[in-house]
Amino acid sequence: MTDATHQTDTTAEEARLKYYSASQWTLIWWRFRRHRAAMMAASVLGLMFLAGIFAEFVAPYGPVTRDTNYIEGAPQVPRFCDAGGCSVFPFVNGTKTERDPVTLRAISVPDPEVRHYLHVFVKGEPVKLLGLIPTDRHLVGLNPDVDQKIHFWGTDDLGRDVFSRTIYATRTSLSIGVIGVMISFVLALIIGGIAGYFAGVIDNIIQRVTEVIRVVPIIPLYMGLAAAMPKEWSTTQVYFAMTLILGLFGWPTLARRIRSQLLSIRNEDYVIAARLAGARPGRIIAQHMLPSFTSFIIVDLVISFPYMILSETALSFVGLGLRPPSVSWGVLLQQAQSVRAIEQTPWLFIPAIFVVVAVLAFTVIGDGLRDAADPYSEAH
Amino acid sequence: MLRFTLERLVGMVITMLLVSVMVFLIMELPPGDYADRYAFRKYSGTGVNVTEADIEAIRRDLGLDKPMLLRYFDWIGGIVLRGDFGQAFAFETSVAKVIGDKVWLTAGILFSTLLLTYIVSIPIGIFAAVRRGSAVDYGLTVFSYLGLALPNFLLALVMLYFANRWFGADIGGLFSDQYRDASWSVGKVWDLIKHLWLPAVVLAWSAVAIQIQTVRATMSDELNKLSVTAARARGVPELRLLIKYPTRLAINPVVSTIGFDVNRIFSELPIVAVVLGLTELGELLLRAYLDLDMNVAGAILLMLTFTIVFMNFVSDLLLAWLDPRIKLGA
Repeated sequence: MTDATHQTDTTAEEARLKYYSASQWTLIWWRFRRHRAAMMAASVLGLMFLAGIFAEFVAPYGPVTRDTNYIEGAPQVPRFCDAGGCSVFPFVNGTKTERDPVTLRAISVPDPEVRHYLHVFVKGEPVKLLGLIPTDRHLVGLNPDVDQKIHFWGTDDLGRDVFSRTIYATRTSLSIGVIGVMISFVLALIIGGIAGYFAGVIDNIIQRVTEVIRVVPIIPLYMGLAAAMPKEWSTTQVYFAMTLILGLFGWPTLARRIRSQLLSIRNEDYVIAARLAGARPGRIIAQHMLPSFTSFIIVDLVISFPYMILSETALSFVGLGLRPPSVSWGVLLQQAQSVRAIEQTPWLFIPAIFVVVAVLAFTVIGDGLRDAADPYSEAH
Repeated sequence: MLRFTLERLVGMVITMLLVSVMVFLIMELPPGDYADRYAFRKYSGTGVNVTEADIEAIRRDLGLDKPMLLRYFDWIGGIVLRGDFGQAFAFETSVAKVIGDKVWLTAGILFSTLLLTYIVSIPIGIFAAVRRGSAVDYGLTVFSYLGLALPNFLLALVMLYFANRWFGADIGGLFSDQYRDASWSVGKVWDLIKHLWLPAVVLAWSAVAIQIQTVRATMSDELNKLSVTAARARGVPELRLLIKYPTRLAINPVVSTIGFDVNRIFSELPIVAVVLGLTELGELLLRAYLDLDMNVAGAILLMLTFTIVFMNFVSDLLLAWLDPRIKLGA
C-alpha cells in the first residue's frame, strides 16, 4: 500500500519535473497534441503535401495524358463485388462503347463481363520523380498489359485523368502558397521590423503606405498585376510571377503584427541594454526582440496560407492566373464554370473539395497553434 | 466632434491621393501603352501598314509622350475637374459612358449585401452569445469555418445550380430578358430586386460568418460585466437589459469593420459576377483587365477603392458617435 503510494508520488513528481523543465516549444507541442481537430487537420494536410511532392509517383498518369477511349467518362470506383460475385482484391469493370439512347453520342459504359484488378507499384509512363529521379513505377494502376486505363475520378472533355491532374494541381497550388507566404514573411519582417524598431516618422510613413495597400480590394489588385504579365511568357515564368504577386502584397497584416509587438517591447530593459552594448538594430531585432513572439508569427503565417491559396484559385479560375497547360486547382475548376458542367460532369468539381479541405485544415491548425502557443491557456 | 471629423477628413483625402498614385502605377504596368494597343486594335486585320511613326503620332495626340508625372496629373486632373476618366478603346467611347449606370447597379449590390450581412449576423451573434455552449452555438462555429473555406465562386455555382433546379427559371444575371435593355421603370426596379437576392447571399456568406463570431465574442465579454448583473438585480426585463447594455457595445466592432466588409465584398465581386452573369463594375473590371483596357480598369479600381476609403471614414464617424471614448483617445 505504502509502496504503491510512493510509486505514484514519484511518477507524478517526475511528470511535474518534466513539465517545469520542458522548453517553450516542447510545451507548445504537448498542448497542440491534445487538440484533436488540429492534429487531424495536420495529418490531412501532411498527406496532401506528400501527394503533391511525389505527384509523379502517386498520379497514375501525366497531367496532360489523354485517353481518347474514355472522354468525359464517369469516375471508376474500385469495387470488390459485381454481378459475377465477390473477390478479395479490388477491381474495376472494363468499358465498352455504346450509343447514348437520347443523343446518339458514343459513350463509354461499364462492361460487367470484364474485370481489371488493381495493382500497386505498376509500370506505367516513364516520369522523373521530383523532376530528378527517373522511374516508371506508379503507386496504383491496372496491369500495363491491359488495354485500358483507370480513372478514379473520371476524365475531362479531352479524356485527361481528373485524379492525376488533381494530384499535380495540389503540388502547384500548395507550392505557390508556400513560396507566397515566405516572400510576404520576409517583407513583413523587414517592413514591420523597421517601423516597429525605429518608430516615429519612419513608422508613420510606413503605416500610411501599409494603409493604402490594405484599402485596395485585394483580388482586383492581384488581377491588375496579373493582367500585366506578357501573354508570351512561358508557364514557368507565369508561375514565378504569380508567386511574386501574391507574396509582394500579402505582407501588410503580418507587418502590422510585428510592428505592434516590437513597439510594445522596444523600451524594455533588455532591449536598451543591448542597444547600449552597441548591438546593431538588425541584431537587436533578430536576437533579442523577435524570439519573444515567434510563436505568434508562426500562427499568423499558418493563417495567411488560406488567403494565398484562395487568391491563386480565384485568379486562375477567371483566367488571370496560371494558364493551361499548367495545372492548379483554379485552372482545373475553370472547366467547371457552368451549371451545365455541374449537371453533366459533376466530377470536374472534385478539385474544389481539395481547396475547401486545404483551407479548412490550415484554419483549424492555426486555431490549434494559437491555443497551444498561449502560455496561459492551461492552469498549472 | 468637429475637430475629430476634420482630422478624419484630411486623413481620407491623403489616403485617396496615395491610392490614386498606386492605381495609376497599375495602369502603367502592362507592356506597351494605350497608343500601341489602340493602333493594334484598330488596324489589325485591315491590311493597313502601321509604322512606328503612326503610333508616335497617336501618342503625341493623346499626350502620352509626356513624362509619367505629368501624365499622372493629366489623368487625375481630368477626373477631379471634369469627371473625365479618359478613353475606353474596347468600345471606342469614353470610360464614363462605358461605366454609366453600372455604378448604381454595383451600389445596389453593395448595399443589399451589407444590409443582409448585418440583419443576419447581429441577432444570430447575440443569440449565440446568450446560449453559449448550446447545439446552436456549436453549429454556428462550424458554419463560420465554412464561411472562410468555401470559396465564394463555388458557393455561387452551387446556389445557381439549386436555384435552377427549384425555380426552373434563368436565375442568373441582374434582369429578366424583357427588362435587360429596357429603360428604367417601376417594373424594372422590381425585377432587379427579385434578382439581387442571389448575389447578395453569395457575397454576404463569408462576411456573415466572420461577423457572427465577432458579435458573439464581444457580447460574451459584455454579458459578464457587473453592469449587466446590476441591471438584472434591479429587475430589468431580460430583453430590454440585453438591448440596453451589452448589445450597445457589442455592435461597436461591427461598425468599426464596415470598411473591411465593403473591401471583402468588392474583392469577391469580379469572380462572383463572372459566375452569376452580373453586368456590373466587377465584371466590367475583369473584362477590362483581360482586354488590357487599362483606362476602364483604372477608373473602376479607383471607384471601388474610394468607396472603401469613404466607408472607412463613415465608420469612424459612426463609431465616435456610438462610443464617445474613441473621440477622446484620438
